[in-house]
Amino acid sequence: MVAMSKIATGNGHGENSTYFDGWKAYETNPFHPTERPEGVIQMGLAENQLCFNLIKNWLIKHPEASLCTPQGVNKFKETALFQDYHGMPEFRQAVAKFMGKVRGDRVKFDPDRIVMSGGATGAHEMVAFCLADPGEAFLVPTPYYPGFDRDLKWRTGVELVPVNCESCNNFKITRNALEAAYVKVQEANLRVKGLLITNPSNPLGTVLDRDTLKSMVRFINDKNIHLIGDEIYASTVFMEPEFVSISEIIEEEDVECNRDLIHIVYSLSKDMGFPGFRVGIVYSYNDSVVSCARKMSSFGLVSSQTQHLIASMLSDDEFVDNFITESKELLFNRHKYFTWSLSQVGIGCLKGNAGLFIWMDLRKLLKEETFAAEMELWRVITNEVKLNVSPGSSFHCQEPGWFRVCFANMDDYTMKVALLRIRTFMLKNNEAMVPLKLCRPSSLKLSLSRSLSRRMDDFMSPGIMSPHSPLPQSPLVRART
Amino acid sequence: MGLLSRKATCNTHGQDSSYFLGWQEYEKNPYNEVNNPNGIIQMGLAENQLCLDLLEPWLMKNPDALGLKRDGISIFKELALFQDYNGFPAFKRALADFMGEIRGNKVSFDPNHVVLTAGATSANETLMFCLADQGDAFLLPTPYYPGFDRDLRWRTGVEIVPIHCTSSNGFKVTLPAIEQAYRQAQKRKLRVKGVLITNPSNPLGTTMARDELDLLINFIEDRQIHLISDEIYSGTVFTSPSFVSVMEVLKDRNLDQTQVWERVHIVYSLSKDLGLPGFRVGAIYSNDPVVVSAATKMSSFGLVSSQTQYLLSAMLLDKKFTKEYMSENHKRLQKQQKDLVSGLEKAGIRCLDSNAGLFCWVDMRHLLKSNTFEAEMELWQKIIYHVKINISPGSSCHCIEPGWFRVCFANMSESTLKLAIQRLKSFVSSIGMKSQSHQELKSLRRKARNNWVFRLSLQSFYDREQDTTTKVSFSYRPHFMSLSNIAATLDAAA
Repeated sequence: MVAMSKIATGNGHGENSTYFDGWKAYETNPFHPTERPEGVIQMGLAENQLCFNLIKNWLIKHPEASLCTPQGVNKFKETALFQDYHGMPEFRQAVAKFMGKVRGDRVKFDPDRIVMSGGATGAHEMVAFCLADPGEAFLVPTPYYPGFDRDLKWRTGVELVPVNCESCNNFKITRNALEAAYVKVQEANLRVKGLLITNPSNPLGTVLDRDTLKSMVRFINDKNIHLIGDEIYASTVFMEPEFVSISEIIEEEDVECNRDLIHIVYSLSKDMGFPGFRVGIVYSYNDSVVSCARKMSSFGLVSSQTQHLIASMLSDDEFVDNFITESKELLFNRHKYFTWSLSQVGIGCLKGNAGLFIWMDLRKLLKEETFAAEMELWRVITNEVKLNVSPGSSFHCQEPGWFRVCFANMDDYTMKVALLRIRTFMLKNNEAMVPLKLCRPSSLKLSLSRSLSRRMDDFMSPGIMSPHSPLPQSPLVRART
Repeated sequence: MGLLSRKATCNTHGQDSSYFLGWQEYEKNPYNEVNNPNGIIQMGLAENQLCLDLLEPWLMKNPDALGLKRDGISIFKELALFQDYNGFPAFKRALADFMGEIRGNKVSFDPNHVVLTAGATSANETLMFCLADQGDAFLLPTPYYPGFDRDLRWRTGVEIVPIHCTSSNGFKVTLPAIEQAYRQAQKRKLRVKGVLITNPSNPLGTTMARDELDLLINFIEDRQIHLISDEIYSGTVFTSPSFVSVMEVLKDRNLDQTQVWERVHIVYSLSKDLGLPGFRVGAIYSNDPVVVSAATKMSSFGLVSSQTQYLLSAMLLDKKFTKEYMSENHKRLQKQQKDLVSGLEKAGIRCLDSNAGLFCWVDMRHLLKSNTFEAEMELWQKIIYHVKINISPGSSCHCIEPGWFRVCFANMSESTLKLAIQRLKSFVSSIGMKSQSHQELKSLRRKARNNWVFRLSLQSFYDREQDTTTKVSFSYRPHFMSLSNIAATLDAAA
């Protein structure tokens, strides 16, 4: 009996990861404020749902973008037929301009280097196909997005080798760690083809500083390997320090770089909140890669209907400028309220300034410093607290006890419910709680003014945010031993 | 040591094929009725542009579909967030129903067995990734769509082994040809995982007969391999014989729910039938839930935009509209094809008798200087640069007989088609081959031995009301080289 392929019958799709187990729990019993108030709240999905009103208002004012005016309908035929894998020029121009704006116009992007793909998922796979042969490897700093195991490896046969980063220095990517990983790959007789970084980081919610970026660029140049910068969260940087893109670093005078090694993956799924529209972008400084990727993009072009909509929207400078500012403010407020509320119940997180999630430190709640204990805690959170959060092990984190918790994919009410559940859980299980210093959560206004958030800054001293917050061990843990 | 992958630096993307070179020439000098009347007319692109004017009134009457509203209320947010690779349920239901309608409802399709992909390009590649390992092979009847060289092989590492079909029997698939291909694969130490057919055929424009489909089913049953039927042109069948899907044959033979049933998979798309290639709507339909599951996961690499799924679910659910649209589509395709065929006939050029597709398979063997592919290329270059028409040479479709060309007719207006025919007529007269070919044909007819038959309508063959058709049969042998010699030469070169 002729079977299917090894790729189809193996586990390379990655869906057996714990990352997805929580989603399955959510899907069998999803939270709904009235219909299923005891359901699982989805905090494992990094989606940006905060800005839809802005976009809705723009769409109402611009029906031609959806091709629904009489004039718009005339464009329908042209749009419906357009399958050129170069993509609509106005689409590429609009995306290039948007990418520049997101980087504070400190750098310009060339529309002719913009290549479409089926979301960032498609973009990553495409880049792997262009740069590496089966059996070759990319280095990836941990913790990293679990989807990379599928996107970069599954059908391409490329290997991913982790570059271990540790909480003792806030998961910074050091030159030593890069060198160590590189040597390890060579000793295994594999060839390293590139380094993949996510900046801003998923799951950390932090940005890479200039020195680290320069160090990485020097590293890849020394080894003559590629640098792939996944910058899909570029516009979610809501607080200092500022986002610095690889595109900026390579322009700096003290950085010598072979541009043929530099590639950026982008998408509108996170910054704009449009995952359903499948707008992925590969931006390469290497002409051969642009040419090859463009041919490969046939396997995942952006629907021309969507290209048309995005081109219209992103060419509206006033809208874009306003959107970027508003989006950051909404994310800032949400993040602040969320992290402050967690600190009230003694939960610390890595100090973050970007992304749609926080990197929560629950090491003190572990029975022991093992991944088995992490899984046990995670099951408690899923089944008893009824929250789907993502365990650090699914991100290849080397230290047990960290969890990624998403905060931008829900409305204010759901967030309150989630925080209440966490609070109830912590109060029930932790006798030595950090006492509540400000007013009760129910009387706290959810949309915070800047002045209030500045006061929260004072309250949330580095000590509370730091993973080394001096919390005694949870009685839950004591009770189990 | 290479900086890029082998895939990036090799030629398997297929873009150096003459199929695409012609497009490039067209793009440098595209015909435009007003701005560039001496430009190259694009007849190398299989697009259906004949019915888009029917879509516009529907869109005006159904503004919610494009406006991303439901009952007047915006569902933009819901759609913008919808990235579930299982697809929009309403869209899959509508698509499954539409596929059933095209097959006269003789078979029905289960929406849960539909996998949405970014165009048929992605569907075909995904099926290869699911069914074959690197170095395995699929058998394909020639001539076939040049894009398969890229879609099936490039990133998957799967090989294509041709099943050579010839004009001796109208390019139908025969058992000896399939077995010859299978042996060839074995000689090359390739494991055959399946057969891929395009039905209706691109580039032939013909539908497969039931006996061909029976033959293929028997073969895959016997060898326990897969059968992929690319049916993206199923909605373009504009005259009899009517379209018979492989699913129908399986059902009629009571093979549903057997093992072979689970090894038959269909590829579909809305690019040809509805003329919407820009929207990237492809689908895989498989009776095997394991294939459906694997392909669904892989579809993450190329999902259909939710905005597009919403628009098209509304359109396809309007069954009155789709019925009228498809009926008008068939009428217009039939007329345009007839105009091309009769126009070419007046220039002394014959086409393979066809009943589907957006193109004709045109016989220009008599215009070749010699019965070689070099002569075919020479002729093709003349047609591009002097006649200023882009058509696709048969060699790019892996045809083993030189002199055949695919000529598309559904991507242009009537007047542009007339102009193209006129240019070809002038060209043929100028090289003085017309009279020569007529003489040769008359003499060969007298010496006819083989069983090649081309039906030629001197009146409206397809005009059922009149039914006064004159059929003329021609049978003739190849000019210089016997077909079996050609096949042997190509096999040796493979």
